[in-house]
Amino acid sequence: MASISVKNVVKQYADGFPAVNDISLDIGDGELMILVGPSGCGKSTLLRMIAGLEDITSGDLFIGGERANDKAPRDRNLAMVFQNYALYPHLSVYENIAFPLRLNGNFSDDEIRRKVEEAADTLELRDHLERKPSQLSGGQRQRVAMGRAIVRQAEAFLFDEPLSNLDAKLRGQMRTEISRLQRRLGITTVYVTHDQTEAMTLGDRVAVLRKGVLQQVASPRELYQRPVNLFVAGFIGSPPMNFVPAEIEGRKVSLPFVSFEVPQEVADQFGDRQLLIAGIRPEHFEDAALVDANDLSHSVSFSAHVDVTEWLGNELFAYIPFETSREIHDRLKTLARELDSESLRTQLVVALDAGSRIGPGEDAKLTFDASKMHFFDPVSGDNLTRELAAVAS
Amino acid sequence: MARTVQFRFLAGHEPSNLIDLPWSVPLEHWDHPALVRRTRGQSRHVVRFVHLGTKTFALKEMSEHEAHKEYGVLRQIRAAGLPVVEAVGLVTGREAAEGGALDGVLVTRFLDYSLPFRYLFSIEGGAPLSHKLVDAAVVLLVRLHVDGFYWGDCSLSNLLFRRDAGSLMAYLVDAETSQHRNPLPEGMREHELEIARENFAGGLLDLAAQGMLSSEVEVLEVVNMLLERYGLLWDELTGVTEIDAREKHLIDQRIRRINDMGFDVDELVMEHDPAGDRLRIIPALVEEGHHARELRRMTGLEVQENQARRLLNDIASYGAYLARVEGRAPPPAVVAARWIAEVYEPMVAQVPEDLRGRLEPAELFHELLEHRYYLSEAAGYEVGNDTGLRSYLDSVLRFRPSEQALFLED
Ligand SMILES: Nc1ncnc2c1ncn2[C@@H]1O[C@H](COP(=O)(O)OP(=O)(O)OP(=O)(O)O)[C@@H](O)[C@H]1O
Ligand SMILES: [Mg+2]
Repeated sequence: MASISVKNVVKQYADGFPAVNDISLDIGDGELMILVGPSGCGKSTLLRMIAGLEDITSGDLFIGGERANDKAPRDRNLAMVFQNYALYPHLSVYENIAFPLRLNGNFSDDEIRRKVEEAADTLELRDHLERKPSQLSGGQRQRVAMGRAIVRQAEAFLFDEPLSNLDAKLRGQMRTEISRLQRRLGITTVYVTHDQTEAMTLGDRVAVLRKGVLQQVASPRELYQRPVNLFVAGFIGSPPMNFVPAEIEGRKVSLPFVSFEVPQEVADQFGDRQLLIAGIRPEHFEDAALVDANDLSHSVSFSAHVDVTEWLGNELFAYIPFETSREIHDRLKTLARELDSESLRTQLVVALDAGSRIGPGEDAKLTFDASKMHFFDPVSGDNLTRELAAVAS
Repeated sequence: MARTVQFRFLAGHEPSNLIDLPWSVPLEHWDHPALVRRTRGQSRHVVRFVHLGTKTFALKEMSEHEAHKEYGVLRQIRAAGLPVVEAVGLVTGREAAEGGALDGVLVTRFLDYSLPFRYLFSIEGGAPLSHKLVDAAVVLLVRLHVDGFYWGDCSLSNLLFRRDAGSLMAYLVDAETSQHRNPLPEGMREHELEIARENFAGGLLDLAAQGMLSSEVEVLEVVNMLLERYGLLWDELTGVTEIDAREKHLIDQRIRRINDMGFDVDELVMEHDPAGDRLRIIPALVEEGHHARELRRMTGLEVQENQARRLLNDIASYGAYLARVEGRAPPPAVVAARWIAEVYEPMVAQVPEDLRGRLEPAELFHELLEHRYYLSEAAGYEVGNDTGLRSYLDSVLRFRPSEQALFLED
């Protein structure tokens, strides 16, 4: 097994388009790294460069410390899991896993048997080796495909949106299986997905890409709590972070529905900017009626007109329209486009305790924890208060 | 929320009664008189066939995203003139009668006379067939790569084969993983071959497990042959040759070699070295179908490459025959016109209605020539076309299934 490093890697297509633009990333031996971002962000291109399918325009790729830019795909000894998972109906599960090993001619029958049995143990397929694929469940069949990758004893596993063709139920199940398998084998893994939920539940570390540029590499928690910019903040989390215009006057912050004061150390980060974008996650709002008055130290209370509510059993979503300036509106529209998101939100989404009695058409009293909000520069998108963001568990 | 079913069809292909198909039902549960059965390869998706008007279509149910993608790339491959099933439509926005979104459907024209590999193995299981399959796949892969297409899923199930005068021609049927790149990175070609090799091996081993592969076929040897032959053809079509600048006839030789392999050179790049005494020649644009194009130009017939070779040979011998009996050689255009009117069309016309559709006319003509050759050899004298045809119809063709729209119960 091996570490994988890319250093200042660029991929420029013949038409001049830089699909990957100066990315540096170190993936430790045994680590599970997720590459995530909306379509066209360069994540699959980066994976294919690691795999050797795509030439590297400039920069370096190291696999196990060795420069691999000019190595043929097969010499890199990486396994693209699931890309080739046709199962053969008349071959036993054993043969379905074993046959690619026979092709390369380097292994004795005994070695092959040992490898296949070992892989089958890891995958809990040992009792099924003599069966035919049609006698397996959907999940077991996917595991047979993983078995083919395991027996190759590759330096690393590469996954390119492996679950996108599966139905929701199998997808959830496979996610757990991949994560368990990866930990058990301790194999370096690079996993590409456009689905932030998948990224957040699966990865040790997650690399967020946008238009070929690496935005942030961090643990899922860090990405959620301390996003570096508007893009990462908007991409990570579901429902996504709310963005509202914030007018600044010294320590005073005016949002469309409430004004309040922030601590001096927060205001210090604003410089002389008078207009910012404030970000508040839906789950950081609460129904004021349900909050203990003692817990309100960081809280800002306000009342607002609720347009629509959605009760989800464990949560209640309330939607609150707000007014925004032309400038912020345009900025948010660009962001929505970059995020591939269906619509631009000019309404707050607040996620409340399911016990909340707030209903549509009501003026509701709400609170939010101001220490968990972020302030972004509307032009650069940088998160100005990231260093100060409360890292609560 | 109610969804709107959308039918997007290539102009000229919209079957009028397509709208009436039961789109609010998952494809596997359809029960509709337009459904027809066809022998086909394995698939993960539900694939079914419908006959509407005079045409048969393959319907493949898949996520709308995948369907869009595959539709686009199939059209792109086809636009490049490569052998691929023809994508004609896309159905999206389907909703189940009881509510809930249904997957999209990709619609392709059923490829007439196309044969899945299992069918071919069910009639001739030996090594020659495996080699023909390899050759057909190699030609397709090289053609795709020359034009900048990566396939990513070359397997026996994802190829359809058409008979081609004793050999086979391969068509691409499943382009979910394909993409176009210009130029195609070396790594993608290498990777493609690894995938193809593994898939071919899997397909052949599966046949063997089923008892459908004769024991003399060495799977490893067959799949390695795929790599070797690919390498040879690729080098011949794209390799750089360096010649002495005075030996210009070597340029023609290179072009002729490429022609013999069934390709035309549409563009040739030549580079002088600074001293001017060496010349590098690089075929920049090659296209399969050298003989097919020549035949089309002469006769208007649209056939595959090897069939064209065969027919061109027959035209040439007919020309020699005319020269002999008429005392002077007619010009080539006249020979071709007379061959069509006096040989080819009368033969095709003599095939009874119920036996048409068993083989394509050009393939039937090829088989007839073969048959007559064997008859003549056995008889020790030249057997005539009419006798040959009658014997062929009664002793061969009558026992063949209709390959135009193949369906065999398994
Ligand atoms: N246009 C067509 N003409 C003739 N046969 C077709 C056509 N389209 C599909 N088929 C048949 O249907 C089979 C399955 O189609 P296809 O390979 O596209 O399905 P799939 O589910 O994508 O397969 P896979 O499991 O390889 O992804 C093919 O092997 C072929 O035999
Ligand atoms: Mg297929």
